[in-house]
Amino acid sequence: MTLGLINANPVVHAKKERVARTEDLHADDAVDPLEIYDILDPEHPYSLEQLSVLSEESITVDDKMGRILITFTPTIQHCSMATVIGLCLRVKLKHFFPPHYKVDIKVSPGSHADEESVNKQLNDKERVAAALENPNLRQLVDECLYSNEL
Amino acid sequence: MENFNEGCELKEFQTLEGHSDRVWSLAWNPATGHSGIPYVFASCSGDKTVRIWEQNLSTGLWGCKAVLDETHTRTVRSCAWSPSGKLLATASFDATTAIWENVGGDFECVSTLEGHENEVKSVSWNASGSLLATCGRDKSVWIWEVQPGNEFECVSVLQGHTQDVKMVQWHPTMDILFSCSYDNSIKVWADEGDSDDWQCIQTLGESNNGHTSTVWALSFNTSGDKMFTCSDDLTLKLWETDSRRMQSGNEFAPWRHLCTLTGYHDRTIFSVHWSREGIIASGAADDCIRLFVENNESLVDGGPLYKLLLKKEKAHNMDINSVQWSPGEKRLLASASDDGTIKVWELLSL
Repeated sequence: MTLGLINANPVVHAKKERVARTEDLHADDAVDPLEIYDILDPEHPYSLEQLSVLSEESITVDDKMGRILITFTPTIQHCSMATVIGLCLRVKLKHFFPPHYKVDIKVSPGSHADEESVNKQLNDKERVAAALENPNLRQLVDECLYSNEL
Repeated sequence: MENFNEGCELKEFQTLEGHSDRVWSLAWNPATGHSGIPYVFASCSGDKTVRIWEQNLSTGLWGCKAVLDETHTRTVRSCAWSPSGKLLATASFDATTAIWENVGGDFECVSTLEGHENEVKSVSWNASGSLLATCGRDKSVWIWEVQPGNEFECVSVLQGHTQDVKMVQWHPTMDILFSCSYDNSIKVWADEGDSDDWQCIQTLGESNNGHTSTVWALSFNTSGDKMFTCSDDLTLKLWETDSRRMQSGNEFAPWRHLCTLTGYHDRTIFSVHWSREGIIASGAADDCIRLFVENNESLVDGGPLYKLLLKKEKAHNMDINSVQWSPGEKRLLASASDDGTIKVWELLSL
């Protein structure tokens, strides 16, 4: 872990008032993608939504094909936490979507200096699987997902 | 060689459950499936175990004969039988490669190969069983010499790939090693001098009509003058070498790109395997198994060299990580998936 924060002064936004979903999209299997907004940023005690890393437009679900595309916007162009954020998103989604759904995670176009490299890592499932078996990385991911600081 | 036409069916023979996590890879024991010896294959999984499956000769059904556990401490990514079928090598994310021997029905771990800095992703035996190769995320390829008493000596650590190495595969007849990588290239390695002077003798990269994303696997035809590679770039590429120059043995005949099969897959292709009869099977992240054969009909210049024989949609519920044709008498194909199952298929001509 680096000693200094990658982005010491993030811009923090107010949490959006969430509109409760009234339509039952896909019965019991329904995942509420809104849950991913509560994932904490790896560096600060704010959620990804508050840091504008994620927004409602970030998620595209194709129920027919069973495919999901998530795009997120790291707070700064050289964010080295981008892959950690991506991993958090994968872990969170794994438990909420049916297992056969295929999830692609990318940084929003133009939002990161190493966009291609980050996207490639995040979508190489062998790299993702190995990363999540790494205890240190796993701990970091769990902290982002389950901490109740908010 | 039989001329396959579209009158073929890939019939699901059996679904094997048992692993509690995704099945990454499987390998048929090459010494089985003939002369009354029941078919055996090994599978390896994210559940950290390896399972040995054997076909019951009377019922025809496969059952799990052994579970090799409590050895690897992380995902077992790849497995490979020695050519004699007596030893099984298993490569793991725990950075080790284990060697197992069948001792009177029980599989014992007789050796553990250490050295890689992190996840080992693939293991391969050469044609004579005298050499073993491994590769991993540390970007290196290791060559091990098999010595008496199940001792393994590392004879070379090959650097060259600039990223994670996904698979290694020995040429079917010569001691030439091929590796494919996250760096989008395929490298060819040979022993240049008299003793253990292994070097990269060719790189098949983007500039040689190579892949534009991670290359996941490669497979040779029986004679070893052609190979298919598969990639995250959604294509299969066919490469060939000059077989006459190759057989003369004196000089290395370079490989060159022959054709690219594009437009058939819409997600990463994880596995490709060439059967001894010339059918190429692919397993992909779109849950489909595809079979390709040489296109004998189109003799027009520029016509496709290979055509799709059949596409099995929803072969599994999730990504297919490995497809392997069986050795021996039958036309069987085994597939391994993220859904935790293995399926055995039979190719039938209609």
